[in-house]
Amino acid sequence: MTGTWIAVLVTAASCYALKLAGLTVPQRVLARPRAQRFASLVPVALLAALIAVEAFGRGRTLAIDPARLAGLGAAVVALLLRAPFLVVILAAAGTAAVLRAVGAG
Amino acid sequence: MADTTAEPAGWQAARATRNGIALGLAVGVSGLAFGAAAVASGLTVAQTAVLSLLAYTGASQFALAAAIAGGGSLIAGTTGAVLLGTRNTLYGLRLAGLLQVRGAPRLIAALGITDESTAVALAQPTRAAARAGFRATFASLYLTWNAASLAGAIGAGHLGSPAAFGLDVVGPAAFLALLWPRLRDGRAERCVALAGAAIALVATPFCPPGTPVILAAAAALGAALLPSAARPAGPPSGDAATCPAAAGEARG
Repeated sequence: MTGTWIAVLVTAASCYALKLAGLTVPQRVLARPRAQRFASLVPVALLAALIAVEAFGRGRTLAIDPARLAGLGAAVVALLLRAPFLVVILAAAGTAAVLRAVGAG
Repeated sequence: MADTTAEPAGWQAARATRNGIALGLAVGVSGLAFGAAAVASGLTVAQTAVLSLLAYTGASQFALAAAIAGGGSLIAGTTGAVLLGTRNTLYGLRLAGLLQVRGAPRLIAALGITDESTAVALAQPTRAAARAGFRATFASLYLTWNAASLAGAIGAGHLGSPAAFGLDVVGPAAFLALLWPRLRDGRAERCVALAGAAIALVATPFCPPGTPVILAAAAALGAALLPSAARPAGPPSGDAATCPAAAGEARG
């Protein structure tokens, strides 16, 4: 079994276990306001970090990829226009693809 | 939860079911994007399908694919994906009282906990409608998400260079779309997002790929430990939780 398979299975099992834990553990476990606050803010911090690293990271260095940044800019515009999820993704990928096709990226 | 409205309970459950099915179909189609991005990242079609079938939580799936694409440590990638899944525990805690499931039904219901099914269930006026909405969203989204992610994975394999189709932008654009509604929640959320991004960028040159994202969780910890999230200028130790410092760091 490759390392990737192990990562896939561990992620799947852990994500399922986290869901089941919510239905199973006593309600008072997360009754503390700070614990709740932390759990609700973790996705915000991680998603923002993922966006930053994917936008500017290239391995262990930071780099500017104009087509990629333009794609993310298109996603922001789509989100401001309240476009649905899939339209946001298509706008981002389409913008990057077109810029690369014309050699601007 | 008493039914205090004049509307017949059957109507409420039927409307919850309709809403759930519609939302599941609309959001599930984005599985296409996940499938394509996952295969472009180096996951096989089978690995992509297993993630959608068993993890069944979009943000974590995208995060693992991103970590594998970045060639980083698999442990760091897995940790980041699992940390993103912790919000489902909170959802489960809120849903437990509404769903009231035990035994095998509980094992199945647990799989169905997502941002979408939780949102539909919690929006209903009665417990019966909440259960109907949860079930409908789960069924509709699960089927659509898995079919779409399989189609995206198979389709991406036939494309030449992933970058030529902008597939490398699919992941960050998806994260942005998932983050967007949270940024409207309040100033604390925006500060945590800025600080998280800043921490990850600053850490990137010094850490193995994947770990900067996990370090960003410190931003959430800092904000949760502050006595008040609305504090304009935090203590010096709270660098991760104060907006001005984070904004400056992001530019520098």
